[in-house]
Amino acid sequence: MARDLPVRDIAVVAFGQTDHRRTSEELSEVEMLMPVLHDVLAQTGLKTTDIGFTCSGSSDYLAGRAFSFTLALDGVGAWPPISESHVEMDGAWALYEAWTKLLTGDADTALVYSYGKSSPGPLRDVLTRQLDPYYVAPLWPDSVALAALQAQALIDAGDTDEPALAAVAVRSRDVAATNSHAQLQGSVPQGEYVVRPLRTGDCPPIGDGAAAVILAAGERARELCERPAWIRGIDHRIEAHGLGVRDLTDSPSTRLAAEKAGAFERPVDTAELHAPFTSQEVVLRKALKLEGGVRVNPSGGALAANPVMAAGLIRIGEAAARIHRGESDRALAHATSGPCLQQNLVAVLEGDPR
Amino acid sequence: MPEVLKAPLVVEFPFTRSLGPVQSAFLTGLRERIVLGVRTGDGRTLVPPVEYDPVTAEEIRDLVEVAPTGTVTTWAWNHAPRRDQPLDTPFAWALVRLDGADTALLHALDAPGPDAVHTGMRVRVRWAGERTGAITDIACFEPYDGSPAEPTGHTGEFEDPITGIVARARLDYTYSPGRAQTAYINALADRRNVGERCPSCRKVYVPPRGACPTCGVATSEQVEVGPRGTVTTFCIVNIKAKNLDIEVPYVYAHIALDGADLALHGRIGGIPYNQVRMGLRVEPVWTEGGRYPDHYRPTGEPDADYDTYKELV
Repeated sequence: MARDLPVRDIAVVAFGQTDHRRTSEELSEVEMLMPVLHDVLAQTGLKTTDIGFTCSGSSDYLAGRAFSFTLALDGVGAWPPISESHVEMDGAWALYEAWTKLLTGDADTALVYSYGKSSPGPLRDVLTRQLDPYYVAPLWPDSVALAALQAQALIDAGDTDEPALAAVAVRSRDVAATNSHAQLQGSVPQGEYVVRPLRTGDCPPIGDGAAAVILAAGERARELCERPAWIRGIDHRIEAHGLGVRDLTDSPSTRLAAEKAGAFERPVDTAELHAPFTSQEVVLRKALKLEGGVRVNPSGGALAANPVMAAGLIRIGEAAARIHRGESDRALAHATSGPCLQQNLVAVLEGDPR
Repeated sequence: MPEVLKAPLVVEFPFTRSLGPVQSAFLTGLRERIVLGVRTGDGRTLVPPVEYDPVTAEEIRDLVEVAPTGTVTTWAWNHAPRRDQPLDTPFAWALVRLDGADTALLHALDAPGPDAVHTGMRVRVRWAGERTGAITDIACFEPYDGSPAEPTGHTGEFEDPITGIVARARLDYTYSPGRAQTAYINALADRRNVGERCPSCRKVYVPPRGACPTCGVATSEQVEVGPRGTVTTFCIVNIKAKNLDIEVPYVYAHIALDGADLALHGRIGGIPYNQVRMGLRVEPVWTEGGRYPDHYRPTGEPDADYDTYKELV
């Protein structure tokens, strides 16, 4: 059955991100975010007052304060009133909302941003608060422990082993050497077990960072960007929250989202995968049927920089930026949220033929 | 880079959560050392049980007892337990499929070391000494080499079911207010009010947050304002706040400090509450050693003309 194509062409026309660091405690969230907002506006020549819709992603649990995203709105010129929305999720989902807003024709441009400061709190413990509050959260299984359960399941299934996981870590940090924003670059020791079978090197760095993207529809996109990264499809799916209900060695939600986004209609040349743990790249490669010819995470991916709530949006931004630069013609971007790849978003981006 | 302010920030809450019929039965069962699952339309048994079939989304509540013995389906060795986790000695996290169940339950597995754990190993529930109807009524799992335990034949009906849980949570943060607010708070300790001017619209924000919300640009030029100001609007507070030693009624006001383009909040003292008015001229009162004004009091000047502060109301 043919896939319904979006009724309007919408593209990523600009992408910016911070240098991701272990801590940016000298900056408030809006102070950390603002240079990134100015960056994407400068790339397009737009002013905040030109933006048709603004959408952001962040989490109060990282900040430890209620409605923390409202302070960041100072950075986008929210007075006089603007058309704005927020998701308590990774900015990739904010981008999805902005994309649907542009599809309605109510706006021609959208500013999407997300940020996360993990440095103020104990991130591994903070993330336990997103778990089922009746059966799981009272046990405080931290984010590395849950990823380690998935990694062991993959090892038991013969899908990977510890040397293969280490190779994912090495390749990610090696290619990140060309990514000036990355927090971990080059040779990083694989280290001791954090939660066995995952070692330090299998885990993402904990850090602070922000990202922003500008979307534009139709001709507006061509005016703002020499080679827009057209969103040919985007979809997101979720699986049961019960970890024991799911097959942790597979990601049917990723596969379904990719299918609905049109990822399997033609090969992609680049894939930016949001896999904070090495073992999750193994799952995603399988779910997305990525063959050897695809460049996977040329940015270094989340193993090189994983600002929580921004790392998924960065995958879309990195994929789009490669198209802007002419280094890719058809790219897949993936974002995840929740433990063990619970929720997954896939976008397919294309540049105009050259 | 000037030293940034930091302070501990503890977020702690006792979430009170109500239980539906299925979760109530499961957690009450744990209190009575009974493990219950729920049967789906296609005959699978889910443990822990949920109220809706994860595949069909149909409501399910056909409770069925399973054994307190089971098999590890995957595991991870946790050599450094963290606060609030089930055991304070090294343990394995494990997904355990109990005998009679088709899905797995997450919990801790008490074992001497990682070499003593493997996928497929047999385990059994170790019950907590004191049980209240919570997932922690299972203290953990422990290795077990016997045959499957026999269910007791329980129906899932309890005389005194629990209907809710209190899910306590505490997270410890270190809060830092960032550059602009650090500068503001430090200046306040010297009894100065320092705002920041927007380079674009020239408005002065107090307290500054590092950005102009109208222009969306960074602010950085520091401007000293006040100390005197004008009450732009106010309210009379009649309810005594917990842990606050202020007699009610008292007045809480918006105060536009001289030179500022945004009003800040403050308590008005030194004047009967029913004589506070818009336009009243006030000045800050610091207590000995205070890092911020305790309240604002009348200066005795004539009231400000409405036109001088109407933009800030």
